[in-house]
Amino acid sequence: MIKKKYNDKEQWFIYHANLRTKTLVVIGLAIVIILSIFISGYFIRDIPTNFVNAMQMPSLEHLFGTDWMGRDMFQRTIAGLGLSIMVGFIASVVSTIISIILGLFSSFNKFADEVVAGIIDLFSSIPHILLIILVSMMFGGGVYGVIMGVGLTHWTPLARVLRSEVKEIMTKEYISLSENLGRNKVWIAIKHIFPLIISQIIVGVILMFPHAIMHEAAITFLGFGLPPHEPAIGVILAESMHYLSSGCWWLAFYPGLSLLLVVLLFDLIGENVEKLLNPETAQE
Amino acid sequence: MELVAKNISFKYPSAKKYLLQDVNLELDNKKIIGLVGDSGSGKSTLCKILSGYVTKFQGEVIFDGKPLPKKGFKPVQLIYQHPEKVMNPKWRMKQVLEESWNVQDEDLTQFGIQKTWLTRFPQELSGGELQRFSVLRSLNPNTKFLIADEMTTMLDAITQAQILDTVLKIVKDRKMGFLLVSHDMDLVDTICDDKIYLKDINAAMK
Repeated sequence: MIKKKYNDKEQWFIYHANLRTKTLVVIGLAIVIILSIFISGYFIRDIPTNFVNAMQMPSLEHLFGTDWMGRDMFQRTIAGLGLSIMVGFIASVVSTIISIILGLFSSFNKFADEVVAGIIDLFSSIPHILLIILVSMMFGGGVYGVIMGVGLTHWTPLARVLRSEVKEIMTKEYISLSENLGRNKVWIAIKHIFPLIISQIIVGVILMFPHAIMHEAAITFLGFGLPPHEPAIGVILAESMHYLSSGCWWLAFYPGLSLLLVVLLFDLIGENVEKLLNPETAQE
Repeated sequence: MELVAKNISFKYPSAKKYLLQDVNLELDNKKIIGLVGDSGSGKSTLCKILSGYVTKFQGEVIFDGKPLPKKGFKPVQLIYQHPEKVMNPKWRMKQVLEESWNVQDEDLTQFGIQKTWLTRFPQELSGGELQRFSVLRSLNPNTKFLIADEMTTMLDAITQAQILDTVLKIVKDRKMGFLLVSHDMDLVDTICDDKIYLKDINAAMK
């Protein structure tokens, strides 16, 4: 008889830890990866050109291959990702701040609520790409223009979600009780409503981040965004279009894949932070 | 110090019939009065009108010779039946108390609240524990009149006795008015000096 060593019913763990610790570890790792990409992207300034090595397949020497000028695509991708993370992050922060202000403002009274609804409808009815191009040109183009362009146009979905959430919270009894305890509307908006919409804000930022990067890449692709000498992902992808037909798949494949991974990492962070913020799962 | 309701009529916007019609009520801080009525007879609605939560009604509520203030702290405070509904689920209990007033340690012990509960979220406490917080919160020094809307219905007999005892002691100390709304006749008979049947004063029920 073979003696049973392990209990099958017990779940298998690499190590034993509670959900809170695991969540914190996952968040920490994801942040470390993103920060390392961002910081190393910041330090990659001049990528040496070497026409002897032009258009090489991915190898151990050049992980992601090389482009038509013999530049290492791995370095270019990291630099591009660093730039994309920065643009996406700042644009998301700008957008989130606008949505929070509008969402909380809608809690004041019915008139304020209608005004916010009107502004959201107005902005979301203008074609997205057109508005981004117009705003980024208005702010003078370049990195600053792209950040403002993407940031000032991506708040509409989140603001809509926050407004409906605020409308629901306003019917709760602890809000009317707070009013009867003599608290004013601004105090209620900041102290009562804001903590309740934090998880919505995080979900909104997660959904906004890939959008922000994609729109940044899109208008760069169209030639209105970042200047072509910047190593942005949009620029890399636009360039790779010229060489795809000659079989240089690695020029688009690896930068695209890395972009996807970064977006997924942000998703992971958001999900786990939400788990920690939710009081029902926070103490597990 | 009197809380007077004059000719109060109220119907919900979607309803055809009046829920409350020509209700007249005079309460003061000398007697503890019990309000008795069947389920759905409008007890809670009347409480909300008296404490200023519902403002769209006909008639007037006069407290101390003046109508209830529209803004700022309302001297008439209501204690709800379900304490978990009147607490922000993202707040710790300390914040819940501080929203109303700075509670001293002796008040906490008086209500049997342990210090460790102060750092918990509302869903980590039981109904009886939450109701203690809810009652203590409404006992702001500026509260002149307290309306308990089925305050202890959800609680077991021991907790019920503890909370009511403490509240009545404070109410007598501070010379506050107290209206107990309940359908527990034994409770009303034991505690209240006088009782009012809602069906006797509500013309809509006749």
